[in-house]
Amino acid sequence: MPEEEGLKQKNIQEMNEKMLSSIRPPTGKWVFLAVVLGAITGWAAYAWWVQLSTGLVVAGINRPVMWGFYIINFVFWVGLSHSGTMVSGILRLSKANWRRPILRAAEAMTVFAISVAAMFPLIHIGRTWKAYYLIPLPNSMGLWPNFRSPLLWDLTAINTYILGSSLFLFLGMLPDLAVVRDRSVGIKKKIYTVLAMGWRGTDREWSLYGKASTIMAALIVPVAVSVHSIVSWDFAMTLVPGWHSTIFAPYFVSGAMFSGVAAVITLMVILRKAFHLEHHLREEHFDNMGKLLLVISLVWSYLYFAEVLTIWYGHKPIEWEVFIFTADRYSFLLGLMVLGNAFITIPALCFRRVRRSVTVMLFISILVNVCMFTERFLIIVPPLSHRNVPFMWGNYSPSWVELSITAGALAGFALMYTMFAKFFPIVSLTDVREGLEMKKKLKIGRSTVNARIEGE
Amino acid sequence: MSKSKSNYKWGMVIDLDRCTGCSACVVACQAENNVPVVGEERSAEGRMLHWLRIERYWDGEYPHVRARFIPVLCQQCDNAPCEPVCPVYASYQTPEGLNGQVYNRCVGTRYCANNCPWSVRVFNFHEPEWPKPLNDQLNPDVTVRSKGVMEKCTFCIQRINRGKMKAKEEGRLVRDDEIQPACAQTCPPGAIIFGNMADKGSFVFRLSRSSRRFRLLEDLGTEPVVIYLKGGGREGA
Repeated sequence: MPEEEGLKQKNIQEMNEKMLSSIRPPTGKWVFLAVVLGAITGWAAYAWWVQLSTGLVVAGINRPVMWGFYIINFVFWVGLSHSGTMVSGILRLSKANWRRPILRAAEAMTVFAISVAAMFPLIHIGRTWKAYYLIPLPNSMGLWPNFRSPLLWDLTAINTYILGSSLFLFLGMLPDLAVVRDRSVGIKKKIYTVLAMGWRGTDREWSLYGKASTIMAALIVPVAVSVHSIVSWDFAMTLVPGWHSTIFAPYFVSGAMFSGVAAVITLMVILRKAFHLEHHLREEHFDNMGKLLLVISLVWSYLYFAEVLTIWYGHKPIEWEVFIFTADRYSFLLGLMVLGNAFITIPALCFRRVRRSVTVMLFISILVNVCMFTERFLIIVPPLSHRNVPFMWGNYSPSWVELSITAGALAGFALMYTMFAKFFPIVSLTDVREGLEMKKKLKIGRSTVNARIEGE
Repeated sequence: MSKSKSNYKWGMVIDLDRCTGCSACVVACQAENNVPVVGEERSAEGRMLHWLRIERYWDGEYPHVRARFIPVLCQQCDNAPCEPVCPVYASYQTPEGLNGQVYNRCVGTRYCANNCPWSVRVFNFHEPEWPKPLNDQLNPDVTVRSKGVMEKCTFCIQRINRGKMKAKEEGRLVRDDEIQPACAQTCPPGAIIFGNMADKGSFVFRLSRSSRRFRLLEDLGTEPVVIYLKGGGREGA
């Protein structure tokens, strides 16, 4: 018996070692990657500085297209931030045990994606240095910001989501941080000691931890839904033909889930490769994520169809004009979006072999996000180009500044993520081990039963 | 209109039968309101800052083609779509029915411009510039706007305020015809008429009851106070 216990301890040690492999001291490759990503982000910061000092004339926006790539990026990154909520929140509540190895990666993605998204309104506005006018504090004349404006709802929602998702990530990480604390020395140990907040692993702590996690998961889901609904209302609350639509909120939420889940799949492939997690991120994980993506793709396609059908059947001149303009001027992008989001993705994901092939899933997940970026472009730019007064119809194409900042956002996100993976456990040790415990066989009297049978 | 307790409700009538599309109003507005000059290239990119523009449409088939002109400026809507969307109250409704724009409150989200169906709101994409000698003739009554803020037609609010102050000194209401925005003052055929809609005897009010009246994009229900009189008498509608 003691021998068995010893073996078990050894196994656990090995497993900890393996799953914490990402936080070993950085290699040359890692440093190189971080420098490249940092350089791209730096270039974007320079582009922003150019814009701040000369004005928005360096961006492609004009009259009538007053919103461009920055708002497209904003919607896109808010969309990506729905990944963690989906994987951790919803899957936790529905007790899908296969989520365990990916939930940390997805939660971290939420935090970084929403942080990147929150930068874009600042970059977008004309007087960034006056952005504090939006903070709900009265000025010296007792003037508050305008609570009727969807932009203020947006500010509130985004801030709530940043705080909520950071807490969610941090709470879930506490026991793992304690493990890292116990294994590190020197200055690192001091830092992790502070971060682990005195976690000792007593029964009471675990019980509270379990309750808090469930409550957080239940709370973060409505926040996520409200965040993307409010993002959609930035558009739907206006009089702009092509924006003013009741379907926008559910349509945006489904789009956000779609791009979020696709991004988690992309990330899974990358992490699996980078940290040799083949043992933990197995084919069945891709299979399940593929099924999830398939369902959301169907929902998205259904909502898009319902929207376009209504516009076509109603044939209100101005609404139809916007659609025709989109189909005419941006036929390639429209075709790409419909193919990538529906006609390629849906049939492909019906096949088990596709869902279980890591390479194909990588391709599909990237395709979905390219198409979702395109979708945001098609939602924002064409309706603004062709509004009510034909005399003021126009066009939009992004400038080098907007493209640089877009690239910088991606690089900055990747940089934050790389840093996070280096300093924090990227696979949730706690949850994976909890999952293993559940699989155990228990002896009750003469019979052997599963420790837990739900999920899986 | 009935909600307002003010004695004034500024309004405008534009008679399209009289408009010749000469663009004098555009120039007058530019000179009066310190509207920056952006040049040809930036105009083509859609960065022009005119508060007032003449829209030209071609009507009919060759050889019976006619150009139609519509001067379009801020419609000063009673239910203005630009106002509720501003997160910082830079865009608001004045008691006299104007859509005010507070430049030093504006942070430049450009939401108001997106939500204006007439696209009459313009954005300062860069610091204002005037080629010489125009930089020496700026109007001291009007703020020069910095980069990053929205601006639009104010119905020459500096002239309205001056007129009201004079009337107040003399202990009376502003007389009809006493206040003229730059565009109305300049219009050679007198197509633009400005005045107090709350005064039922004013010229602008009487004209606004014309059977030729219509408002641009009236179906949106924003209640614009700029009223157009349908053109086409001589040419046949």
